[in-house]
Amino acid sequence: MADTGSGDLLKLPLNELHEAAKARFGGFAGWNMPITYPLGVLKEHLHTREKAGLFDISHMKLIEVSGGEAAKALARACPFDPEALALGQSKYTFLLNEKAGISDDVIVTRVAETRFIVVANAGNAAADVAHLSAVAAEFNCVVDPLDRVLFALQGPAAEAALTEAGLDLSHLTFMQGVEPKTGWFATRSGYTGEDGFEIAMPIPEAREFADKLLANENVAWVGLAARDSLRLEAGLCLHGNDITPDTNPVEAGLMWAIAKPLRETGTFIGADALRAAISQGAARKRVGLKPEGRAPVRDGTPLIDADGKTVGEVTSGGFGPSVGHPVAMGYVDTEPAQPATEVFAEVRGNRVRLAVHPLPFTPHRYRKG
Amino acid sequence: MATTYFTEDHEWLRVEGDTVTVGITDYAQEQLGDLVFVELPEVGKAFSKGDAAVVVESVKAASDVYAPVDGEVTSVNEALTSDPALVNSSATGEGWLWTMKLSNPSQLEGLLDEAGYQALIG
Repeated sequence: MADTGSGDLLKLPLNELHEAAKARFGGFAGWNMPITYPLGVLKEHLHTREKAGLFDISHMKLIEVSGGEAAKALARACPFDPEALALGQSKYTFLLNEKAGISDDVIVTRVAETRFIVVANAGNAAADVAHLSAVAAEFNCVVDPLDRVLFALQGPAAEAALTEAGLDLSHLTFMQGVEPKTGWFATRSGYTGEDGFEIAMPIPEAREFADKLLANENVAWVGLAARDSLRLEAGLCLHGNDITPDTNPVEAGLMWAIAKPLRETGTFIGADALRAAISQGAARKRVGLKPEGRAPVRDGTPLIDADGKTVGEVTSGGFGPSVGHPVAMGYVDTEPAQPATEVFAEVRGNRVRLAVHPLPFTPHRYRKG
Repeated sequence: MATTYFTEDHEWLRVEGDTVTVGITDYAQEQLGDLVFVELPEVGKAFSKGDAAVVVESVKAASDVYAPVDGEVTSVNEALTSDPALVNSSATGEGWLWTMKLSNPSQLEGLLDEAGYQALIG
């Protein structure tokens, strides 16, 4: 994760609430974020898988794209077909650069015929808004960054806890979104591999809603540390680590997010470079990695073959509390041979064996329709 | 009669004769969060003060624990191999890290006592 260290960090709108909950804070993407709460990262992680974890992810940015040609603008900015997106449907997609590198990964939801909401990563938000605005300038539409509190409520008890708090979203299935009240926006999605929701609301209404959720004994605050271990077990990419402006969707193994016809005929930014990347094939592939033993292998660690030759790099690495062993993700060269089934890493002078492991490490439990 | 000292790097040392038991303080384990792996040194290894002796890994990051004085490792806490969380639950007790044979007793003079350490962490 891109720790920014000390300095002038932005504060979440509900910063005082997290202070009162005795969160331990740290810098992430320019924000002073709750990293853990007194429960601790292991229990917060397990609580999310067993009950419901509440995350304040207001550092992430909601960007509204609206107007008669909003779909056309998004079709230019992202490799998906906004016209084909049903009302209330969400789509995982990317902002690609001209080289088909991933400038950001985002979720776009069609909330009205000519209005979409893009949820962007905190660290890329300002660049995304500038980029989308530049694209939109050629079309009849406007780009508005929204100031909201954004919560994620994740885990098997999330649906019931939301309903009890007065927000019944049980009619949604995975990757669907609605605007339940004025200024509110909610999707059935998340970053943990569990069933769950992301709920945005006007800042003045957030404190009361958080209190309602937390009144439920199944709901507990979960910090950024467990958010990271949950998403890593779920095999989900962290932008800046696992995918970057120098990574294209082919090598990242994310082509499932780009419909086949679009790969051939799409005119989105980076389309030509993506077609070239597809025809050349990926020189490296993102894979899951299971280190042998108990020592985590961290991001940035080179991967080597049995002869000590560098064949890749770990891009995310830590410990998986639900699986009970270290987990990692990284890139492994595919040339000249097939991708290796095992690689090695030097950790403090010891050679650790890593098995190439299918992703996710923990099965997804999304509520599919 | 054992005497306990502390370092500014948040380690504690319990000294009995020329045997020193080393661990991290409760404050340190709280800062680190849940530990998932502890890499212990080999018995017989000689450390100079300031050498990285042990690595403690939390879910998120790895941190070094430094040898607070010169000496040779005489034992390590094998229980931590299967249960690293002992450091969290009992930092100054069952979560001790290693023992060493003190080779330079004068190095103890520069260490903090309990009151000095409490003042450091405020």
